[in-house]
Amino acid sequence: MPMGRKTRLKLDFWSVVTIAIFILFAFFLAYPLFSLFAGGFRDPNTQQFTLNNFIRFFTKKYYTRALWHSFLVTTCTTLLSVAVGAPLAYLTTVYKTKGTGLINTLIIISMLSPPFIGAYSWILLCGRSGILTALAENLFHIKTPSIYGFGGILLVLTLKLYPFIYLYTKGALQKVDSSLFEAAESLGCSGYKKVFTVIFPLITPTILAGALLVFMNALADFGTPMLIGEGYTVMPVLIYSEFISETGGQANFAAALAVIMVIITGLMFWGQKSIVNKRSYTMSSLHPIRPKKLQGAKNVALHLVIYFVTFLAIIPQITVIFTSFKATKGAIFTTGFSLESYRKIFSNLGRNIVNTYLFGLTAIAIIVLIAIFIAYITIRKKTWLTNAIDSLTMFPYIIPGSVLGITLLLAFNKKPFLLSGTAAIIIIAFVIRRLPYTLRSSSAILYQISPSLEEAAISLGDTPPKAFFKVTSRLMMPGVLSGAILSWITIINELSASVILYTGKTRTMSVSIYTEVIRASYGTAAALAAMLTLTTIVSLLIFFRLSGKKDISI
Amino acid sequence: MSNSISIDHVVKRFGNMTIIPDLSLEIENGEFFTLLGPSGCGKTTLLRMIAGFNTIESGNIRFDDSIINSIPAHKRNIGMVFQNYAIFPHMTVRQNVEYGLKMRKMKPAEIKERVDQILDIVKIQDYQDRFPEKLSGGQQQRVALARAIVIHPNVLLMDEPLSNLDAKLRVEMRSAIREIQKQVGITTVYVTHDQEEALAISDRIAVMRDGVIQQTGAPEHIYTRPANLFVSTFIGHSNLIYASLSDTDDLPCVRFAGGYSIPVANLCKDVEKSGRVIVSIRPEEFSLHDEGIRGTVTSRVFLGKYIIYQVRVCENLYGNTNVVEYSQDSGQVTHLLAIGDTVFLKPNITKINIFSEKDQLSMIKDVNANG
Repeated sequence: MPMGRKTRLKLDFWSVVTIAIFILFAFFLAYPLFSLFAGGFRDPNTQQFTLNNFIRFFTKKYYTRALWHSFLVTTCTTLLSVAVGAPLAYLTTVYKTKGTGLINTLIIISMLSPPFIGAYSWILLCGRSGILTALAENLFHIKTPSIYGFGGILLVLTLKLYPFIYLYTKGALQKVDSSLFEAAESLGCSGYKKVFTVIFPLITPTILAGALLVFMNALADFGTPMLIGEGYTVMPVLIYSEFISETGGQANFAAALAVIMVIITGLMFWGQKSIVNKRSYTMSSLHPIRPKKLQGAKNVALHLVIYFVTFLAIIPQITVIFTSFKATKGAIFTTGFSLESYRKIFSNLGRNIVNTYLFGLTAIAIIVLIAIFIAYITIRKKTWLTNAIDSLTMFPYIIPGSVLGITLLLAFNKKPFLLSGTAAIIIIAFVIRRLPYTLRSSSAILYQISPSLEEAAISLGDTPPKAFFKVTSRLMMPGVLSGAILSWITIINELSASVILYTGKTRTMSVSIYTEVIRASYGTAAALAAMLTLTTIVSLLIFFRLSGKKDISI
Repeated sequence: MSNSISIDHVVKRFGNMTIIPDLSLEIENGEFFTLLGPSGCGKTTLLRMIAGFNTIESGNIRFDDSIINSIPAHKRNIGMVFQNYAIFPHMTVRQNVEYGLKMRKMKPAEIKERVDQILDIVKIQDYQDRFPEKLSGGQQQRVALARAIVIHPNVLLMDEPLSNLDAKLRVEMRSAIREIQKQVGITTVYVTHDQEEALAISDRIAVMRDGVIQQTGAPEHIYTRPANLFVSTFIGHSNLIYASLSDTDDLPCVRFAGGYSIPVANLCKDVEKSGRVIVSIRPEEFSLHDEGIRGTVTSRVFLGKYIIYQVRVCENLYGNTNVVEYSQDSGQVTHLLAIGDTVFLKPNITKINIFSEKDQLSMIKDVNANG
């Protein structure tokens, strides 16, 4: 009898949840990743263990060049983003700027919009038949430098990613207590010396963490180099083209490429974590920095610079919304405005719009449920199993979207686990990639809820699961939902995994934008992109409402 | 090295709000001077004006004879200890202490000597290579103090430096601060809202309220001879009882509503010796007697050293209360009173203070508002 009771106790509600989640992760994440890694080390014909895939990569100049390109683009993007984002954050924090709230919101919108919209808009503006290109040629007879290739990728990625640095730096500066500056002054220090001996060292860890995030994003980005790179091949594009090219055995080679990518991003992620853990300072900001007002010409110059940089970041959104209302003839823009593009997408691409919202909402429902459970078991029911789950949830951070796409496709393309071509596999990709946002905010709020609330419910006669659903889960909701909105925004803008997983029936809006741009059907692409942007903005406004903040942490 | 501070009719406004209407104060060289008052009384504002973090709207502040109004904070050569310490989290203890000396472009050998010396004085040499977040509150406090005094400032300014510490550490640190201040002999301005701390640590105290100094003086003087009703209640506990003054006999006489009356010999010459007054009696200034203010014991709290009684009396008391507090020294008492006992409380006539009801100022001889 006592023995029986003991085994029964082990299988309580939370153990069942823990085991179920572990199985889900093992099956949909660990197993596919493992088979991908194994695939990289396998010969396409004999299925024997081999290092040939890697040897082939590192000996052919065509391949190593892609790695070099990736490295160059990523490094330059990171440096430029820091050079733009950090000073912008410093200026808007230290000096009074009109419209800081709007600037923040615009920068966040630009950050959360799909990256390929940036590439696509800059093509519309400065591409071969771009608006600005034509303007420069007709009015001034100037040939503008080409937007395609390295420069274009750098421009688009920097404008897309400097917001990360801006938001990170701003967050850090807001945590700095102004008494530290006063202390420096009382000790005889002022001006630029104060900036370099106190302010800069204090926010360096944060800037570094943000820079690594930019690095990983730039490295993993597929849409931008694909659209605007034109032959400037970087790793994600190489993986995609090697995988898509239907020459059989390429899957193993693509898997080997994916392994290389994951190792790089893994190192980056580890580096970021250790910097954040080791070198971040806990600061109590009783007296945050009060922005000073600049006078005269300095003040005008300050505003001009800040508005200009913000404007650059938001250009893609303005461009797509503007061009979506332009009249078209076939695939080409003509003069005047019309709703033609919108009519076309609703009649021809309606299914893609429905897919986006349907898949997105389904994925969000699953994400919310899983995130609440994982947050709870990893914080309140610590065991080796929940610790393992906790580590598994880190994986989505280091797996680039295209790699995840390939991973899932390779793992689930034959019976008995045949999922390729279904909506399910896209939803699974969404859930895996975007779970971290919801999970993190769920954990954050759970740390603030006292376990004694649930214990009180239990002492009053509720069963543990009932107490959880009636008390803790409800208190968690604000945090869960604000995270879920971030997950949602990034889901509807997801491209790099879905572009590998889609079929005609399961195409989403972001995939259609990509294929429409490739087909040079810019009007419909703009209308779709405008819809996505609008959905993003509305969701963001709801997020601000819900979280009561004017800020966001990615 | 260290200097006196004279504050001459200074005014502080934030927008339309006047925080300090008109304040003058002399702080002597080497003195430990405390600004004491409830929160919002302007004490921190005044301190930050001396430091240079707040502007001065009108009037002058002088270090010795030179006006410092327009000298920026980083050139005033002040040492400041902040409420939250403001220790640079990205520097070790030693680097924090060195910071001000490096700003002064001192030679490395000299820096080392000065830092070693000060680390020794504040007793943190064992922690010098640690980062601040690894230190306890008291240790951080010592770092902040060392960093402020190592630069040999003209004045040391401290803004509620002990308010983030627990009670035991607070007592320990305040004697440490006092000791170190005496050792280096530096003019110190100390801000606190804790009257016990102020009494324990200061050479002189200025009690502030609404931007106005109520009384300046040595701790014992402020406690025993408060200049007005506010000071008498803000520092320590006082029972305030309405009474009437009459000058019919050879000595002026205080008569309580219950009928008890006592002669007072130490009234100021020029005060009006009639009409309503408020008598302020501290709990320890009562003694049990055959006659006095009659009352009934309603509660008893035994605190070891003292026993505190609440006694309901039939007097007109200032404020919404009908009980007075009476404390007995455990070392002197023969038997404890029980709840319900009837007692006669006799005020110690040489200790009590009498305030006029009209302007709430003290009527006692030799009370000095600007000592």
